Amino acid sequence: MKLTLLEKFDQDNIIMGKLDELINWSRANSQWYFQFGLACCAIEMMAAAAPRYDLERFGAMPRATPRQSDVMIVAGTVSLKMAERVKRLYEQMADPKYVISMGSCSNSGGPYWQYGYHVLKGVDQIIPVDIYIPGCPPRPEALVQGLLELRVKIREETPFRKTTAAE
Amino acid sequence: MDFANIKKVLDVRCPDLIDTDGDRPSIMVKPESWGIVSNLLKTDPDLTFDSLMCLSGFDLVEDDHLGVAYHFYSMDKRHDLEVIIRTPKENPSIPSIANIWRAADWHEREAYDMYGIIFEGHPDLKRILLPDDWEGFPLRKDYVQADTYQGIIIKKDKTYWK
Repeated sequence: MKLTLLEKFDQDNIIMGKLDELINWSRANSQWYFQFGLACCAIEMMAAAAPRYDLERFGAMPRATPRQSDVMIVAGTVSLKMAERVKRLYEQMADPKYVISMGSCSNSGGPYWQYGYHVLKGVDQIIPVDIYIPGCPPRPEALVQGLLELRVKIREETPFRKTTAAE
Repeated sequence: MDFANIKKVLDVRCPDLIDTDGDRPSIMVKPESWGIVSNLLKTDPDLTFDSLMCLSGFDLVEDDHLGVAYHFYSMDKRHDLEVIIRTPKENPSIPSIANIWRAADWHEREAYDMYGIIFEGHPDLKRILLPDDWEGFPLRKDYVQADTYQGIIIKKDKTYWK
């Protein structure tokens, strides 16, 4: 992403630009994700974080605490017992916060949609979801693309203006 | 020892307390005699079942009974045994063996969690997987799925499928 430079001073290392873009640029390029491995999707998330797919080249690094994380990746089956905890952990994250729902289970209940007496039928019943990644489980490429789509979404935000970015 | 010899030993040590289930190589024990038989399985020098491999609950639909199947193994003698106990669904109660085989502790909690079988004498009999305020025992065949849990709708909303 290129910042829209309004003015550049030749000799000094000073640029002038839009604050919105600067903020979005920094937010979009450091998505520290809250590792939320609940089921087999967590294995794919680990693979995505490992050197072969290397999420850190996108500025995404795993955090083990909600206080330090920007993105919550809900990777796996959310049982009703866990739903309570998911919600509480989401509330502990600092703004701005985003949620990626990874895999069929957290999207919609997945294979447990009919007889899963203990499974939450979609994590969006309890917390707002920004990106849904389909798959059972999704491949690491899909997770990477989900993170990149979230980037696009973050860039369209206007944290310092009330108007939309579509000017 | 094979099953026939184990059965022979048990017939000598505790006659009238054990039974067999047709041709299956397993012994049936009544809940009231399970305390004596379980102690014998652990301590008898010919049996020495020192390892509880598995403990599973099950629901016998036809005659309103619940059951528990125990699988024992003897590391010393290299033989194994299956024990089955049945208990009525109205008041399911079986003596706990958690003080004899520590492995039974969590397995009995699981059987309680899923089938509601009360293990008498268990040190800490509470739900292990489901939340503490869960109602009903979900692996019983007559379990009816609840509509909500803590305000969350459990049933899948399919209205938007159309």
